[in-house]
Amino acid sequence: MASQEILREEPSRGSFINDPKVRGIFFQAVVVVVLVALVWWIANNVIANLTRLHIASGFGFLRGRAGFDISESAIAYSSDSTYGRAILVGFLNTVIVAVVGIITATIIGFVIGIGRLSHNWLIRKICTVYVEVFRNIPPLLVIFFWYSGVLAVLPPPRESINLPFGSFLNQRGFYFPRAVWGDGSWLILVALLLGIAMAWFVARKAYQRQMATGQQFPVFWTSVALIVGLPLLAYALSGFPLSFDFPKQSTFNLTGGFQVRPEFLSLYLALSCYTAAFIAEIVRAGIRGVSKGQTEAAGALGLRPRSILRLVVIPQAMRIVIPPLTSQYLNLTKNSSLAIAIGYPDLTATAGTVLNQTGQAVEGVVIMMAVYLALSLITSAIMNVVNARMALVER
Amino acid sequence: MQEHDLSFVRAEMALAEPAPLSERGLVAWVRKNLIASAGDTILTIIGIALVVMILPQVINWAFINAQWTGPDRTVCATVAQGGIQPDGWSGACWAFVNAKFGQFMLGRYPLEERWRPILVAVLFVVLLVPLLIPKVPRKGLNAILLFLVLPVVAFILLVGNVFGLPHVETSLWGGLLVTLSLSFVGIAVSLPVGIMLALGRRSKMPIIKTLCVVFIETVRGIPLITVLFFASVMLPLFLPAGVTFDKFLRALIGVSLFAAAYMAEVVRGGLQAIPKGQYEGADSLGLGYWQKMGLIVLPQALKLVIPGIVNTFIGMFKDTSLVIIISMFDLLGIVKQNFSDANWATAQTARSGLVFAAFIFWLFCFGMSRYSMYTERRLDTGHKR
Repeated sequence: MASQEILREEPSRGSFINDPKVRGIFFQAVVVVVLVALVWWIANNVIANLTRLHIASGFGFLRGRAGFDISESAIAYSSDSTYGRAILVGFLNTVIVAVVGIITATIIGFVIGIGRLSHNWLIRKICTVYVEVFRNIPPLLVIFFWYSGVLAVLPPPRESINLPFGSFLNQRGFYFPRAVWGDGSWLILVALLLGIAMAWFVARKAYQRQMATGQQFPVFWTSVALIVGLPLLAYALSGFPLSFDFPKQSTFNLTGGFQVRPEFLSLYLALSCYTAAFIAEIVRAGIRGVSKGQTEAAGALGLRPRSILRLVVIPQAMRIVIPPLTSQYLNLTKNSSLAIAIGYPDLTATAGTVLNQTGQAVEGVVIMMAVYLALSLITSAIMNVVNARMALVER
Repeated sequence: MQEHDLSFVRAEMALAEPAPLSERGLVAWVRKNLIASAGDTILTIIGIALVVMILPQVINWAFINAQWTGPDRTVCATVAQGGIQPDGWSGACWAFVNAKFGQFMLGRYPLEERWRPILVAVLFVVLLVPLLIPKVPRKGLNAILLFLVLPVVAFILLVGNVFGLPHVETSLWGGLLVTLSLSFVGIAVSLPVGIMLALGRRSKMPIIKTLCVVFIETVRGIPLITVLFFASVMLPLFLPAGVTFDKFLRALIGVSLFAAAYMAEVVRGGLQAIPKGQYEGADSLGLGYWQKMGLIVLPQALKLVIPGIVNTFIGMFKDTSLVIIISMFDLLGIVKQNFSDANWATAQTARSGLVFAAFIFWLFCFGMSRYSMYTERRLDTGHKR
């Protein structure tokens, strides 16, 4: 009797203190209160500190005269330009070194990574040594090594080292011939774009035809012919408008040509070498992640080793490689902020100078954070698109 | 005619023949690993050329031509530069490293007080080594001593101002001392904070989850330098006027928070790899949230991500070198600062100092990565899917 009555009762819920839902709401409420109090306290302190230091908040300072020089800039800049423009110059320098570094690091990384899987013992060992050395050293040290260990002890301009193609290497950097674009050189650019567009079109058509009929078309060589040939043809037709301004040795310095300063050179070399070691490991893991059965099955279908690599192994390896590769690209972009240590005027360096001159610490740090966050998001968005195209199409 | 009994049954196995000559020994190894095909041979030649080009130069520079001892720059400079070496000489200036060794290790820590950091280092090694060797018993006590007692003792010893020990300001610290103490505290702080952030990110409470996601993604999206800038420029603004706190402490906070965000993502990977049945099993046993996580999920999850955790440690150890940006002198910073010493300024100084610093960093990082591989193998209980 008694047991039946108990069964009819509502199940005991216990004290509401033990209800996970109630607890969750209470806990979150506490966190919100503490957080709001903390933010309010910090905001109060910041306002008090800023008024004490006589600093006006807001981004109006960006229109002020910068008054400092920047050694390298991609756009016109002088010390009379605004703070905003100085930060823009820094931003462009960051983008330049990141893009060039990413391209180089990818090439070196793929070569070393494939080398680590080579059948050749010597190549394998050399690549392993490279990876183990660079992975275990801080990137800043690599930058310093290139900057003060290698480039700073090069001979002075008078005794510049001659390199092929009329380029020179000395203490003040790397000099190479600058292309001088004469009249009508726009034709070359148009031809190049046209060539790329046509190559893309041909590749598409060839793919469709192969899907429909099974007939193949030499896409690679056609593309090379289009992309290289058309600009060359335009170059000849427009009367050879391109000439080169070679660097010449004068008494104290080199004149003419294009100078790559040692700051950029050491940052670029260090970032490439350092990131390449990580990319190499990613590539190795990616290729080893493709099971042997895939290679054997492709062989059984009668594909040649080169086709196996191109059509079976690499597309599957890329699926494993791309996500970690993206984070390495992001790391390289973020590591480019180390430029400040050797005086390459990247975003952190110029924004840091602006911050010191104006005292606008909050705005300066906010700009830096926002730009790096934006760069990271853009890079990962691009890589996500690539990844989506590569990803396995499942049911 | 003799009659032969042709039926024959072999009673024992034939002895194994040795492998043919072409398959064993040095020749076969070379044939297989170095000159298997025409392309392979070309690669080998390129490899040999690379080694021949680089290795003798490196050995010459680092050992044969190197100067190991000397009073000042003259031993490492050529005659033209005002030294004693013949023109065209190029060798490592280990004499520079030798003369500055104390500074590279401890920075400008007062000479008569240097026994204190050395004592801390000895204590650290004495506590760390048994913890790393699996066979030594009493791991729990050992870990408590290393992670709870040692920091307090080290703080008292290094900073001083109590028990009659004279006060040593952190601005005098430098060299490997700063590198190691930053990384030790960073490791000790970032792992628990990272675990909490990872749990928060997978929590069902929307506000906690949002806060954790925003923190993790923001910190991972910006460079450490910006975080350090933040810690050194903005933190003082956040506090009431007149309240300042130590630059070393600010760097510590910056580095720890930065590493914690990365650690959180590593731990989250481990949490996601644990099958749902484990969570449900723990629930059905009536375990509460913290019991479920602490007893069932985290032990398995952390074991899965040991390589990732150690990689984060290695990354943080390397990243401590960035404190040079906010003018603190860790190992790399103090080496770089000494380049400007007029007593030692030669063409070889920078290179020698940097190679030395690189070697120290390399030793620690390589050691950590090898130890993690060892642990991974040891903990591999065969339950891998």
